Amino acid sequence: MLRILGLWLFCAGLWLVLSGYFNIPLLLVFGALSCALVVFIAWRVEKADPEDQPLHLKIGPQAILYWPWLVWQIVLANLDVAKRILDPKLPISPTMIKLKPTQRSEVGQVIYANSITLTPGTITASLSDGVLEVHALTQEAADSLLEGDMDRRVTALERSNA
Amino acid sequence: MTWLIDLLSGLALLGGVFFVIVGGVGLVRMPDFYTRMHAAGITDTLGAGLILLGLMFQGGWTLVTAKLLLILIFLWLTSPTASHALFKAALADPSNSQPLLYKEPPSSNS
Repeated sequence: MLRILGLWLFCAGLWLVLSGYFNIPLLLVFGALSCALVVFIAWRVEKADPEDQPLHLKIGPQAILYWPWLVWQIVLANLDVAKRILDPKLPISPTMIKLKPTQRSEVGQVIYANSITLTPGTITASLSDGVLEVHALTQEAADSLLEGDMDRRVTALERSNA
Repeated sequence: MTWLIDLLSGLALLGGVFFVIVGGVGLVRMPDFYTRMHAAGITDTLGAGLILLGLMFQGGWTLVTAKLLLILIFLWLTSPTASHALFKAALADPSNSQPLLYKEPPSSNS
């Protein structure tokens, strides 16, 4: 019940931000009704196909710290790749590596794989049976992934009882 | 204070344009399809991010800024998914060339 209410509040907030109508009652009622319809459909679908909800991850202090850290990593990786592109010698060393992520839940593994792909210089090629294949533009980028700093941070996002 | 906002937004826009151009240059310079995807990654993370940041400075604390932030979030959620799908599709077709590797890792199946 709490989750249904939370989904409705999320939809309503998104509707308000995207529409920008705050003081036309008829439109506000229509918005609230369409959000309710969306929540009803989501509830019906979930009965047919239960699945982890991305919003279901616990929002703890780690989650608030993780996103700024990821943005900072993206900036650093961007500068590194840009420097290599502009270098006349083009100092790249493409590598394929295999990683074993330590996240238990699928959502955690997907967050990790997406974080790897979002960072320039590394792309996740496949995620199956708990093994990630990663293509890295440089040996250094591959080595820093193998150190597992990002892996630990994503694992810390998971709930202990997930 | 408007000159400061204009300066910040101009710097962010210039930075974004710079990274988009660098991404384009990388797209041309890289040796094969798989490394080109890394260069394209610059365009849609820092390139698009800085341009949207510059536009947010212009928008101020309005709904426009909230919508720009939503655009950024959706872009950063969907672009890795698209990159991953593209990479996997390219790798799955045996008639495509395999990624160029700098040095064979010992446990790789080439």
